[in-house]
Amino acid sequence: MASNSKPATRKAAIVGGNRIPFARSNSTYGQASNQDMLTATIDGLVARFGLQGEQVGEVVAGAVLKHARDFNLTRESVLGSRLDASTPAYDVQQACGTGLEAAILVANKIALGQIESGIAGGVDTTSDAPLAVGDDLRRILISLNSAKTLQDRLKAIARIRPGMIAPEIPRNAEPRTGLAMGEHAQLTAHEWEIGREEQDELTVRSHQNMAAAYERGFFDDLVTPFLGLTRDQNLRPDSSLEKLAKLKPVFGRALPDGAEGTMTAGNSTPLTDGASAVLLASDEWAAEQGLPVLAHLVDAQTAAVDYVHGGEGLLMAPVYAVPKMLARNGLTLQDFDFYEIHEAFASTVLATMKAWEDPAYCKEKLGLDAPLGSIDRSKLNVYGSSLAAGHPFAATGGRIVASLAKTLHQAGPGKRGLISICAAGGQGVVAILES
Amino acid sequence: MADWYTNFANSGFGTTITKQLGLPRPAVLRRYEPGQPLLPGPVVIGSAGQGRLRDTVSAVLKDAGVTVLSPVTADGSTDGEKLGAVVLDATGLSSPGDLASAHDFLAPAIKRLRPSGRVLILADPPQAADSPAQAAARQAIDGLVRSIGKELLNGSTANAVYVPEGAEASVASPLKFFLSGRSAYVDGQLLTLSPADVPTGEDAEKPLAGKVAVVTGAARGIGAAIAQVMARDGAHVVAVDIPAAGDSLAKVANEIGGTALQLDITASDAPQRLVEHLRERHHAGVGPGVDIVVHNAGITRDKLLVNMDAARWNSVMAVNLQAQLDITQALLDDGDVLNDGARIVCVSSQSGIAGNRGQTNYAASKAGVIGMVRAWAPQFAERNATINAVAPGFIITEMTAKMPLGTREVGSRINSLQQGGLPVDVAETIAWLSQPGSAGVNGQTVRVCGQSMLGA
Ligand SMILES: NC(=O)c1ccc[n+]([C@@H]2O[C@H](COP(=O)([O-])OP(=O)(O)OC[C@H]3O[C@@H](n4cnc5c(N)ncnc54)[C@H](O)[C@@H]3O)[C@@H](O)[C@H]2O)c1
Repeated sequence: MASNSKPATRKAAIVGGNRIPFARSNSTYGQASNQDMLTATIDGLVARFGLQGEQVGEVVAGAVLKHARDFNLTRESVLGSRLDASTPAYDVQQACGTGLEAAILVANKIALGQIESGIAGGVDTTSDAPLAVGDDLRRILISLNSAKTLQDRLKAIARIRPGMIAPEIPRNAEPRTGLAMGEHAQLTAHEWEIGREEQDELTVRSHQNMAAAYERGFFDDLVTPFLGLTRDQNLRPDSSLEKLAKLKPVFGRALPDGAEGTMTAGNSTPLTDGASAVLLASDEWAAEQGLPVLAHLVDAQTAAVDYVHGGEGLLMAPVYAVPKMLARNGLTLQDFDFYEIHEAFASTVLATMKAWEDPAYCKEKLGLDAPLGSIDRSKLNVYGSSLAAGHPFAATGGRIVASLAKTLHQAGPGKRGLISICAAGGQGVVAILES
Repeated sequence: MADWYTNFANSGFGTTITKQLGLPRPAVLRRYEPGQPLLPGPVVIGSAGQGRLRDTVSAVLKDAGVTVLSPVTADGSTDGEKLGAVVLDATGLSSPGDLASAHDFLAPAIKRLRPSGRVLILADPPQAADSPAQAAARQAIDGLVRSIGKELLNGSTANAVYVPEGAEASVASPLKFFLSGRSAYVDGQLLTLSPADVPTGEDAEKPLAGKVAVVTGAARGIGAAIAQVMARDGAHVVAVDIPAAGDSLAKVANEIGGTALQLDITASDAPQRLVEHLRERHHAGVGPGVDIVVHNAGITRDKLLVNMDAARWNSVMAVNLQAQLDITQALLDDGDVLNDGARIVCVSSQSGIAGNRGQTNYAASKAGVIGMVRAWAPQFAERNATINAVAPGFIITEMTAKMPLGTREVGSRINSLQQGGLPVDVAETIAWLSQPGSAGVNGQTVRVCGQSMLGA
């Protein structure tokens, strides 16, 4: 492609993807860093598509939990990979929306003709998480570091108190409310009257769908084993309503008096380690390389809600993002062949769908004349989602984009898929793919 | 790289010890490396019978940069320059009496052979003889070459090629293979050529340039070596292995600039998925199409027959034989993927020839492979393609490294070269069979076994 003229915007193609199996926190990948996992994931993608020594337009990825030393995580991973070392890269972070946002960023540059190909990815580890020291200790250590004389140094050290030593461990909690994400989700579940049983049913379906997908070889060209793990560690093919019913609720301390939580360790995603990457390109680049086009990224949208003062649920932003995107594309919620609603919690998926069905909510909150309506459940998360696979925050978007693109491709041309991902900070990232 | 014993026996201390104890003294074999001359010394060509191939052989070797010497006489001296190879053109034998001149030529010439030297005999196939006397003379070559193989020392090998009338153009490729370092562990073999349309003008350094090769079981062992050698010779390799071996498969693919395809070849839809993948990525219309398929993936599930359960039997048959049949058939049925002039190489085993205690399932599957390539050969010939089998002997891999030391040591020594082969030895043979110039080798089973005593 030696053309100098800028093409009009075009739709970016999804060529394929790769991820490593997702591992439960402090388990198989306990010793692996974000950079290790992202590099291995990129190398698996390189092997799948023969990109050794190739320069792709840009590699965009990120991690939600990141060490200070990983300020250039993606570029460092590229340098450690089999890609051409002159491949540019940058980091992004939009909480659980990171992976999808990275794909949107790459797709947009392709759409504008600024790049011909790119890799979007994400990685997270809750095992090798960064620890921070408290602000008191941090200030003392900084003055210790800048102290010129032994006396100054000793003076600085003398200010350290035992209570300062305990490190701050990053928590899965909202800084502005102090509530864990699960507590927020439990509030929303309560408000929308999402029952325990429907959550458990959705959970069982996620495990069964994913186990079946593994059995039929669906993930053969989407996953590459890592450190001896060949399938997602959280996957329970024998998951059942009876087993899930035995689990005790783990959230609910923020509920109004007397109300009992419905969310358990079973119908919530566990902390997970893993990485994913997606190869995007212009149709021309894919054809030149002899690579397939599975689907195109048609459009995307983000939204955010005021969960602090605005009375909206923390994970409800995708509910707002989707109607905007549908309107722009002249589509209804029913115009899709597959739906990918990220299972942060089973209750999140159910509350999202219930909100779209609710006439009053759709009118008052979303400003719609009519509710978006219901979706055909048989088209929802057909190869399982985060409840089964686990959810390494920034890696989920790439997992979904690659799997959905493959599903659309297999279903034939002209099929359409909707992706909806909720994220910390009251944000949501959604997108449309089409084969 | 050689095995520990060969390294030891060739070290200063090891030489003393092995000599004193009368232990085997395996040679370090001459193995091919890019840029290496075909032979480290001159070749001498002699004949017995009318010898219709002398000029061809001489021309091919001169073209390959080899110095060609005239034969020494019956009472010829044993001095003079050491020889890289001895070639006997024994075509045109009419009766056993003609073989005396073979003896006259070979005896002094072999005395002058360098270490890792080569003896190659070209003859007419016994099946097509005019008389019993002629058939006897031709068949005699079989016993002659196998015995020479057993007498040769220092890593030298002896092989024979039967060249039917009309197959003269097919000679060049096996001739060069058997004399080169690529055939280091191929010894005591008799190959029968067929007439074929043999393309010429191959790049000696990159004989597989521009070719697309599919290699199954490429994540490790012999398969990884095949992928590496194919890539070294210029091919783009599609490396296939089970999804669970995907991480090592990716490493192999990345090392050689190939692509990784995670696929269990025994899955019911595996042939279809492979064909679809190849069509998508290497469609004959858009890309170069597929030229080479190596069925290497294989498993063992050993048990005495009387104790063997159905699972052991079925899984070995499924991977080692049925998958080869199904995938080959699917490629033939799909008009788009497989190029004319394609090369299929199927990995068999010494066990499929000699049998092995505890390996009824494995040996049956590997013998089946030999029958399969023989039966398919004529159909492949129609499209200028070939299908052959390679039967490795004792090859040092992760699999054999797990054997008990005694079994392993015996297994690796009971052959004329007194050592186990390396994965690269099998890979070189497969890469040679995959060359365009090997068009005249079809339906054959080539053993890579150092002339093993098993099944010979
Ligand atoms: N090593 C020897 O001495 C020896 C001798 C004779 C024959 N062989 C044959 O050579 C071949 C390679 O042997 P090796 O020693 O390298 O063995 P190996 O076990 O090291 O490698 C075999 C490879 O095949 C793969 N494989 C197995 N089942 C598969 C399936 N269903 N789909 C895709 N891939 C599959 C494995 O994952 C593995 O990577 C085999 O066919 C074997 O029978 C080996």
